[in-house]
Amino acid sequence: MIQSVIRGASLAAVLLLVATPLRAETIKVTIDNFTFTPAEVTVKVGDTVTWTNHDDIPHTVVSAGKYRSKALDSDDSFSFTFAAAGDYKYFCSLHPHMTGVVKVE
Amino acid sequence: MSDHDHDDHGVSRRRVLECMTWAGTGVLWTLSGGVPRSLGLVDAARAAEQQASGLTFLQISDSHVGFDKPANPNAIGTLEEAVNRIKAMPVKPSFMIHTGDISHLSKAAEFDDADRIISQSRLDVHYVPGEHDFLDEDVKLYKERYGKGSRGAGWYSFDANGVHFIGLVNVVDLKAGGLGNLGAEQLAWLEQDLKGRSRSTPIVVFAHIPLWTVYPQWGWGTEDGGRALDTLKGFGSVTVLNGHIHQVMQKVEGNVTFHTARSTAFPQPAPGTAASPGPMKVEDTRLRSLLGIASIDFKVGDERLAIIDTPLAG
Repeated sequence: MIQSVIRGASLAAVLLLVATPLRAETIKVTIDNFTFTPAEVTVKVGDTVTWTNHDDIPHTVVSAGKYRSKALDSDDSFSFTFAAAGDYKYFCSLHPHMTGVVKVE
Repeated sequence: MSDHDHDDHGVSRRRVLECMTWAGTGVLWTLSGGVPRSLGLVDAARAAEQQASGLTFLQISDSHVGFDKPANPNAIGTLEEAVNRIKAMPVKPSFMIHTGDISHLSKAAEFDDADRIISQSRLDVHYVPGEHDFLDEDVKLYKERYGKGSRGAGWYSFDANGVHFIGLVNVVDLKAGGLGNLGAEQLAWLEQDLKGRSRSTPIVVFAHIPLWTVYPQWGWGTEDGGRALDTLKGFGSVTVLNGHIHQVMQKVEGNVTFHTARSTAFPQPAPGTAASPGPMKVEDTRLRSLLGIASIDFKVGDERLAIIDTPLAG
């Protein structure tokens, strides 16, 4: 009896693994010297990108109509989880020459 | 500046450095009948003479109250020093303009501190916003405090001593990959504002980001600034005063004089001389030579204009 419960639990665990083919990841983008690095990242649906500002000047991360961070002071971070595939171009709304893209597959 | 022939395609780095060396120690220059001529280095007596008649007003810029990073851990202190210099001026200026980035992060306490210090000058202050003044969640603090009687994001005009002053906003609704932005609504308002005005009226335009293209790689310019300048064509005397780049830079193009003021908070590098336009850390003993204020003098009727940049020290 006990054995079959354990066997059942293991089976459930295996099924769960199969049902979630890849674990969602968190990808880091840094902001240094008014530059997003890397400027282009490719992620999977369900992944999260976290931007961290290392400059002495605040920056934002804005993808028109998709997401918009508040002003990130030094060492502040902003995260966004991508639920749908597509190219998400973004920029810093304070220093618009700073641009990047997240490609979600 | 007369022997510095700037071309229409921007300013080469060498030229910029020449101009900055020339301008950095405090120079006086005049514009007479559209022909600029340098009066050379200013001594105090000459500056006083220039201020003895006509309209004198001040420009301060980029206070960044709240900034406490290594480039200047005490931006409040250097703003106080700037205001103390203003209070000590022998001739009281008519008023002051502030060309934006009053605060560093648009916090209420930062605006409070800025107001407390700047009001000690006992001068009327005409503000335009910098991008650092629109960072609060609801984007309302600047408008509430400084936007009274202004339109759109905060633009307006006023007259003083026969000079027409126009405060513009070029820090909102910026487009990815672009520069500063005035937008169609503001440009239409500008056209209306100038309509029917005598072409001999001296015009002073002030805004945060330079209206001319200083260095697009760092975003130092205004996408539709040229359209604003087109509207100003035909006026005999146009002066454009900006901040944002935390250093003195000058350019004369026809009847238009462009000038950027120092910050009171921290210096930024000359175009292309560093990895980014971020705050430039210099030796403590040099800091105050790179911060400062500007004094602008009109001899009314003479169509003469003089800008004197005064560093906090050195």
